[in-house]
Amino acid sequence: MVIAVASGKGGTGKTTVATSLALVASTQRAVRFLDCDVEAPNAALFLKPQMHGRKEVGTLLPVVQESLCTHCGRCAEVCEFHAVAVVGKKTLVFPELCHGCGSCILVCPAKAISERLDVRGVLEAGETASGIDFAQGLMKVGEAMPVPIIRELRRWNVSGRDSFEIRDSPPGASCSVVETLRGADFVLLVTEPTPFGLHDLRQVAEIVRKLNIPSGVVVNRDGIGDGGVDTYCAETGLPILLRIPIRRRLAEALARGVPLVEVAPEYTSALLGVLEFAAATAVS
Amino acid sequence: MKLAITISGKTIDAPFDGRFGRASAFCVIDTETNEWLIRENPALSAVGGAGVQAAQFVAQTGAGAVVSGAFGPNAFVTLQAAKIAMYTAPAGQAFSAQDVLEMFRKNELTKINEASGPSRHGGAR
Repeated sequence: MVIAVASGKGGTGKTTVATSLALVASTQRAVRFLDCDVEAPNAALFLKPQMHGRKEVGTLLPVVQESLCTHCGRCAEVCEFHAVAVVGKKTLVFPELCHGCGSCILVCPAKAISERLDVRGVLEAGETASGIDFAQGLMKVGEAMPVPIIRELRRWNVSGRDSFEIRDSPPGASCSVVETLRGADFVLLVTEPTPFGLHDLRQVAEIVRKLNIPSGVVVNRDGIGDGGVDTYCAETGLPILLRIPIRRRLAEALARGVPLVEVAPEYTSALLGVLEFAAATAVS
Repeated sequence: MKLAITISGKTIDAPFDGRFGRASAFCVIDTETNEWLIRENPALSAVGGAGVQAAQFVAQTGAGAVVSGAFGPNAFVTLQAAKIAMYTAPAGQAFSAQDVLEMFRKNELTKINEASGPSRHGGAR
């Protein structure tokens, strides 16, 4: 089953929770871990995998063969993002606008358009000391669209149904989060009990609801802020599965790259409880 | 020659619009006969690539020159491919398209040979 860990607000503790959830899960079943925060992957700092595989990924861009092109303009008409333009006897391609959908190729009556891979990032695979099958995406600096990289990462060596797949989501509540949540059986929403944490929790909870995926909440840095998150969760029926109090001891260990369950093994049983809850309420 | 001017209104007396890709409309003027017409900008609601779409649209109007406040890199490349001359007038001032036409006639506009504005200036990121 697939568990995605998302938050909305950045820095609430997605990776803290996701990596320790993976470590705990790996004592039960085979675990695959995907760091889908391809703009700034950091789960490897905690899980410390030995990397053994690499794959370049990107977007398929149209290549127009001018000698075959009749400049009919169908490719430009079909492109929602205006990545192809036809002016006079010239057909122009704008790579940074292209989403790689391939529609221009399908509609070209002269078969003048082919595709080439425009590399936007890399996928890396490895294995951790505890046997977690680890993979992360890394977007090239300066690229604008993380979604194609996350999509490729999800499809790369898909794990079996009897294992746990844990996905660490990017922050925010935009396309890259939606792409990470696709196909998930359960979403763990990590928040902090502040107005900012609540604001972003609402946004992601709304996406999760639209995608019809069961979810639960982890309140991290419990003890700061106000009661807004508790009230929201009670009102909307979102179960709070775990509270992690704000402690200097935890912050110091995490800053050194020590996973939560290593510095605080007392969270092991609570995280096992989260896994059980996820398995019991998951869509599949 | 036909001259296209970015405009936010329905007549030649309407205010000049300093945006290109997300301009409300184009005032297309025949500089010999002074006939003009207003063409609404189809790129106003574009999901992305408004500059490219607007540039193709201007090319379809048959314009040989276009005036706006700035041209982003994609609009610039497309207009250049269409062999349309680009001019800028200062944005944010109380010009009408008629005023801009007079400035064009008096050679007071800046002809540009490279993109003058940032990408995705008027659209959502």
